[in-house]
Amino acid sequence: MHIVVCIKQVPDTKNVRIDPDTHTLVRQGVECIINPFDLFAVEAALKIKDESDAKITVMTMGPPQAEEALRDVLSRGVDEAILLSDRAFAGADTWATSITLSAAVRKLGDVDLVFCGKQAVDGDTAQVGPEVATLLDIPYATFVKKIERLDEKFLKVTRQTDEGTEVWKLPTPTLVTVIKEVGEPRLPSLRHKMRAKKAQIPVWGITELGLDANDVGLCGSFTQVVRVFSPPRRTDQVIIEGSIEEQVEQLYSYLKEAKVPGI
Amino acid sequence: MKALVDGKKCTVCGVCSDVCPFGAITVGETSVEISDECTLCGMCVDTCEFGAISLPEVGTGPATDLEKYSGVWVFAEWRDGTVHKVSHELLGAGRQLADKRGVELSAVLLGHQLDKSLSSDLISHGADNVYVVDNPQLARFTNEAYADVLVDLIGRKQPEIILAGATSIGRSFIPRVAASLKTGLTADCTELDISEEGLLLQTRPAFGGNVMATIICPNSRPQMATVRPKVMRPVKLPDHQGHVEAIEIPDEIFRNRVEVLEVIPERDQTAKLTEADVIVSGGRGLGKAENFAILDELAQLMKAAVGASRGAVEEGWIAPSHQVGQTGRTVAPTLYMAVGLSGAIQHVVGMQGSKIIVAVNKDREAPVFDVASCGVVADLFEFIPAFIRKIKQERE
Repeated sequence: MHIVVCIKQVPDTKNVRIDPDTHTLVRQGVECIINPFDLFAVEAALKIKDESDAKITVMTMGPPQAEEALRDVLSRGVDEAILLSDRAFAGADTWATSITLSAAVRKLGDVDLVFCGKQAVDGDTAQVGPEVATLLDIPYATFVKKIERLDEKFLKVTRQTDEGTEVWKLPTPTLVTVIKEVGEPRLPSLRHKMRAKKAQIPVWGITELGLDANDVGLCGSFTQVVRVFSPPRRTDQVIIEGSIEEQVEQLYSYLKEAKVPGI
Repeated sequence: MKALVDGKKCTVCGVCSDVCPFGAITVGETSVEISDECTLCGMCVDTCEFGAISLPEVGTGPATDLEKYSGVWVFAEWRDGTVHKVSHELLGAGRQLADKRGVELSAVLLGHQLDKSLSSDLISHGADNVYVVDNPQLARFTNEAYADVLVDLIGRKQPEIILAGATSIGRSFIPRVAASLKTGLTADCTELDISEEGLLLQTRPAFGGNVMATIICPNSRPQMATVRPKVMRPVKLPDHQGHVEAIEIPDEIFRNRVEVLEVIPERDQTAKLTEADVIVSGGRGLGKAENFAILDELAQLMKAAVGASRGAVEEGWIAPSHQVGQTGRTVAPTLYMAVGLSGAIQHVVGMQGSKIIVAVNKDREAPVFDVASCGVVADLFEFIPAFIRKIKQERE
């Protein structure tokens, strides 16, 4: 069984702040982290490897420094890593990203499962997983919280929906996007850390993937950002202080006036 | 590829360098350099007062005759025999877009043994046409069946714009529709408009809600967007007339690769976070699992769902299905009450779209007060029971 996990390096949003005067992003202290959902995807793959003879390949599309993210997951027990990096990939929307990732999965050939995080926390689109599956012409399930292998050919997954849960049976090869409940990511081990340090990580660009520069990155994208601005801020903030009785009265009339349901 | 600087317009003021989230802009003595760190995010383009920075052109995509495409479509969702609220909201937004474009607004209804009342309900919320596909293969949602049927309909009718709710259904299968049609898709929009050129302007939060981005899909059709629930306003047009068309789908469309084994509705009503109008959420300030009972009581009284911060979930005080935030659910209720939680950014990104945010915390410096519309500086163990008594008293 060969499992591919797609990961993304993202700016750590907890360090992203808006300058209150200029209303622009403050970049100071913006570090890159592995998208948290992708670490759940890595964990889901490792769980399968714990119980069966599986090989896990992790891949990311990003600038050269994304190699750091690949070494991190190698140190958690993933077998191999591939960096998809090329100047031509810059500015890709979800479609152009999916073109690149699906070309890499196809190049690997013998892939049974592709795991992705539900969404990346910088863009929050949740589109790349389903688009990769569509381009690979394989079935997929999103927002998965539990994965069971029924046999060599089938996977049983439990999905979280807005209304509850659903259990789906999918034939392999298939793609699954996962949420937190698949399991907390395990920590790097000493043995794997040593291996990760020494690992040779191949870099695939458009030449290796057999792609045309016009089909990837900004050139290959259908969507275009035309404006970026700060969200409107709340200007009508009320702070209620004083005795508990006064506060209760004030909040009650505040909510009554705002006609919120439940009051 | 990176952003381009026009040396003739650039005054080397350095503002672009300050806003670049990636540190890709260096300001020299006489010129500004953009390095390979540039991700083409466009922050600098918008900030430059002198119009000196631009992005390279987006691709033209496959040759599509853009003029052939006309009309605005809404993918209509239903649950338990009634139209989902988000579909009413989409029709409200879609009606405005269609009127601005001078085109028809149509709703697409997929399912099995669909009641006729669904179509008339969609018409009375603004639809000019309702396209109905009633097929046993659509009785339960699967990505493939829903996407492939919608792709087939789009191929036949060629609408210019398609809107779907950013629900667990919309966000799951709409990317397959966009990828199959080789067109762009913008997720989770909170604002929609039509540009002077007639393009769909799709505005959405990015970077965890820290910035808003307006996105277009200039060269491929249809222009597709999923729209965040509870943001758009529905319209009620009881006298509106519309046309219902039942469409037959050839059997070979259905690939049947995926089997739905079970659909289990959430029994715990308090965990239905995305649908709730009111959410009462607790964090580490609650101190122990038993104290969630205080919130449960308030939630029951207000018919609210119960949310939680990651901290409270990690302590094991409440099930992960209640978690709001970056690794939990994103919610936008009418009222969000954040009780005893500090408001870490990971939590805030999941709830800042709420109409009214009430924060109850004894620490006046807690970051949750920055996003709150109404902040109550108080000990939750005194305040919440007193507030519960007040609601009960008012009801009597």
